[in-house]
Amino acid sequence: MNRWRAFFVSTIGSKIVMAVTGILLLLFVLGHLVGNLQIFLGRTALNDYAEGLRKLGPLLWVARIGLLAAFLLHIDAAVRLTLRSQAARPVPYAKTRHSATTYAARTMVVSGILVVLYVLYHLMHFTWGWVAPQAFALTETVDGAARHDVYGMVVAGFQQPLIAIVYVVAQAVLAMHLSHGASSLLQTLGVRGPLFENVKNYVGPAFALLVFVGYVSIPAAVLLGIVK
Amino acid sequence: MKLDAHIPDGPIDEKWDRARFEMKLVNPANKRKFRVIVVGSGLAGASAAASLAELGYAVDCFCFQDSPRRAHSIAAQGGINAAKNYQNDGDSVYRLFYDTVKGGDFRAREANVYRLAQLSVNIIDQCVAQGVPFARDYGGLLDNRSFGGAQVSRTFYARGQTGQQLLLGAYQALSRQIHAGRVTMHTRSEMLDVVVVDGRTRGIITRDLITGKIERHAGDVVLLATGGYSNVFYLSTNAKGCNVTSTVRAWRRGAGFANPCFTQIHPTGIPPHGDHSSKTTLMSESLRNDGRVWVPRNSGDARKPDQIPEAERDYYLERIYPSFGNLVPRDVASRAAKRMCDDGFGVGPSGRGVYLDFGNAIQRLGKDAVAAKYGNLFHMYSKITGSNPYATPMVIYPAPHYTMGGLWVDYDLMSTIPGLFVLGEANFSDHGANRLGASALMQGLADGYFIAPYTVGDYLARVGKSNVTTDHGDFERVEGQVRDRIDGLLSIKGSRSPDSFHQALGRIMWDKCGMARNRDGLHEAIEQIRALKDEFQQNLRVPGSGTDLNQSLEKAGRVQDFLEFAHLMCTDALTREESCGGHFREEYRTPEGEALRRDDDFCHASVWEWQGDNTTPKLHKEALAFEHVHLATRSYK
Amino acid sequence: MNLTLHVWRQKGPHDKGGFETHRMSDVSPDMSFLEMIDVLNETLIAAGKEPIAFDHDCREGICGMCSMVINGRPHGPEKGTTTCQLHMRKFRDGDEITIEPWRAKAFPVLKDLCVDRGAFDRIIQAGGYVSVNTGSVQDANCLPVSKVAADAAFDAATCIGCGACVAACPNGAAMLFVAAKISHLAHLPQGQPERHLRVTAMVEQMDHEAFGHCTNHFECGEACPKDISVENIALLNADYAKGALWAARPKQLSGDG
Repeated sequence: MNRWRAFFVSTIGSKIVMAVTGILLLLFVLGHLVGNLQIFLGRTALNDYAEGLRKLGPLLWVARIGLLAAFLLHIDAAVRLTLRSQAARPVPYAKTRHSATTYAARTMVVSGILVVLYVLYHLMHFTWGWVAPQAFALTETVDGAARHDVYGMVVAGFQQPLIAIVYVVAQAVLAMHLSHGASSLLQTLGVRGPLFENVKNYVGPAFALLVFVGYVSIPAAVLLGIVK
Repeated sequence: MKLDAHIPDGPIDEKWDRARFEMKLVNPANKRKFRVIVVGSGLAGASAAASLAELGYAVDCFCFQDSPRRAHSIAAQGGINAAKNYQNDGDSVYRLFYDTVKGGDFRAREANVYRLAQLSVNIIDQCVAQGVPFARDYGGLLDNRSFGGAQVSRTFYARGQTGQQLLLGAYQALSRQIHAGRVTMHTRSEMLDVVVVDGRTRGIITRDLITGKIERHAGDVVLLATGGYSNVFYLSTNAKGCNVTSTVRAWRRGAGFANPCFTQIHPTGIPPHGDHSSKTTLMSESLRNDGRVWVPRNSGDARKPDQIPEAERDYYLERIYPSFGNLVPRDVASRAAKRMCDDGFGVGPSGRGVYLDFGNAIQRLGKDAVAAKYGNLFHMYSKITGSNPYATPMVIYPAPHYTMGGLWVDYDLMSTIPGLFVLGEANFSDHGANRLGASALMQGLADGYFIAPYTVGDYLARVGKSNVTTDHGDFERVEGQVRDRIDGLLSIKGSRSPDSFHQALGRIMWDKCGMARNRDGLHEAIEQIRALKDEFQQNLRVPGSGTDLNQSLEKAGRVQDFLEFAHLMCTDALTREESCGGHFREEYRTPEGEALRRDDDFCHASVWEWQGDNTTPKLHKEALAFEHVHLATRSYK
Repeated sequence: MNLTLHVWRQKGPHDKGGFETHRMSDVSPDMSFLEMIDVLNETLIAAGKEPIAFDHDCREGICGMCSMVINGRPHGPEKGTTTCQLHMRKFRDGDEITIEPWRAKAFPVLKDLCVDRGAFDRIIQAGGYVSVNTGSVQDANCLPVSKVAADAAFDAATCIGCGACVAACPNGAAMLFVAAKISHLAHLPQGQPERHLRVTAMVEQMDHEAFGHCTNHFECGEACPKDISVENIALLNADYAKGALWAARPKQLSGDG
């Protein structure tokens, strides 16, 4: 146990925790995207998918708790390391000139906080139904039984330009966070060698672009009237 | 002062074995009761401190830099010699011994040099085991290169950074012992005096360079591994901090100083660029393999080098030394360059430079091949000078580089003060009047890894534990003298900075006791040094105080010792009425202008005993016998 | 050329520092940056003031002593170059130059531009070596090392321990320094027996020294005067994970033997 403790409190160990939880979160982001994109297959497909998720029952809770744990570990490591690094340079430079780092890398803390806020908002909107209760209460009747109309809720939500813009901006911030995170975690996990040397730096931006385009396509389609 | 070299009896190849067998040993359990003080953390110091700590002694190691890893050994470029004969080209211990004695122009002690050649093979084994990344061939075995003064390939190297890699190996071994608690490391600490009680070295006085605190350190034995004194010339290839303080202070306490006039001037330095130059940077000797040295045939020719036609160029080394050409030894090449410049053929802004031209090599081999061989050196040159050596010839000029003189030591590396050992460049022993390339690293590590650990033990076993503590009256007295000296420097409050005195001294030494010396010039130099010393005492300005980090004060103390040492160096040069190795007396040359050694009168080491301030030191002689390598004149024509 | 310098002055470790402005005229483009400071110091001494304290020694780019942040970049604007090898021809007439010390909690300022880099030594002491006593070794050629491995080890071993990586890192991390030593010894057979002990011990010491952590900005690699690759950090991370979590190791780590 001592070993685990030493690993978790070390800088590199904490970074590895961030990287591993980062991978879990990335997988979630991808999986969630694949689910959401079913909106383009129509109302029934998306609502079937949503109902299927709910029917997982205890498994769903396992996934949720796992996700929450990853999220918290990710944030815990981020907070500890950030405080540490802030303390590592008590007197700042009068002049700094960066040459290798990116804007995304320097703003990970800010983008991270924004992503947390966005996730809360997103949950309030589509999971807990606090933002737009009427849309959340929409139902669809299938075989005589009423079920939650996720499709209708999403369309109703994104038909409001303000909410759509919030989502688009949030996706941009998330993409920025991922563009550094996805590249960075490869380095943190020790991926190296001639095959990967140049690839590493492109993985993050490519992944971020994919996620951004994928997610933004939904509010865009709603606003453009492709999905209604 | 009695000079007994304590050379063991017997055939030369058995002397070291015999010496080791005759040594007294310290009981392993008693070793930790002995305190060993090592001053300096370069190749010799770090390797000795680490090895002695491994044996179990309690070691205190001192360096003036912020870390032991910064010692100037780190700047050595070319390589380290070892008689491994991995190339199967006929090398042997005996051949390395022979080359070194001959290269040293017959002014080194045969027994020491033979031992050095024997130990050279152990050094390579040791360094490889430490993880020193020597160059390797594609089969994974160690690679060798050729170096000056030898006809076999015996130089091991790590690109152009051999000194760095060897030093880091020793530094890591030292770090391991610091971690184990057997070495206490004192960084940013400068040794300012030796304490001798009842004729035995008992400790040192140091100054903590951050707090200015003067500290006493008692030990059973003191090892000085503080390097050479090339900075007496102000401009040299040495690091700025290199100084002569520890050896001069030891000299003043009774250690003999041997052959101070033996200095090596390296032919391929980058010339200074005006009054503000703070050092000269060395370009590896290997450049002379493909570069051709020339000056314009007409003195004062101001044209650019590429506008001077072939017929108006004087490839003087090829002209004067047709068989060795551009590859004559360091001392010969340096003197020839100086002669050309003295006669008005020099090039560059100051007229103190000669061309090193790669035009032919580039034509013959192609630019890429030249770049592959010398790329990093060309890059360094263009960084410093801003000129492109692929297009225009380099301008080079000789630069002080290494000093063969140093504190006199016997076969056990002990000076004339019992308990004071001297290692590496700081001692005088193995290179005679001229050092061959790639031999300095070898000597520093042989002394530190393989000689001092035994001989120091033998000394300790014979004399037993010292009962003198830092409370002893002599510690108090010497500390008082150190304090007085520092207060003296601070209280002059004149108008000239320490650096300006150092520069003035450097000019005197370079002009009068540099590559060529003569009687009148040396007399003048001694007078000028005396006058400069007087001015120093009256007109020095050291701002700040002695109780914090004060780099001016550090410099002032070092310059004061350089002033004292310069006097000794000129006195030695004046007394040695012959030319040998790096010491060239213009009065003593062959009709062709080459060095004229006078073995009948000067086949000895000159050892100087301090007699008091403003008193001429006393000369003692250690006669040198050459039983294996017979005295002969070196010729490179 | 004429220059305006803003130089950090700080009396001692516990004093508050600040910038002092000096105007320099007739600076020769052939001077090195440190020679330019030498000239400034001579004028300060002539004026009865204390010269600027700065660390330097070999002045040929190998000892790692010089340490100035020049206009926001450790060792100045030229890539792969120490301060002592930076020449004034890289600047233009009329330039304003800000000179600061390395700034990191682990490198406290001693005076003006001098900092204490003892933390680096302590990291090496924690395990940055091969535990081999003098004499107890085999013939050098008994241990073949492929040229590729030897070259990779050498590339990492060229670290001069100057601390520019820490100075450049937005987090004040020492990862590149530690990675260079880990990588040097990990590439060689000599380094294998202690490979995982070494990495855990050195990282533990690194963390103990109040350095920050790595967020893969890679500023260190850009600032490194020896161009040491950040790929070494990936190796460090992998070795640490292995060493910390599942490599067998004895109860006690120590450098004796």
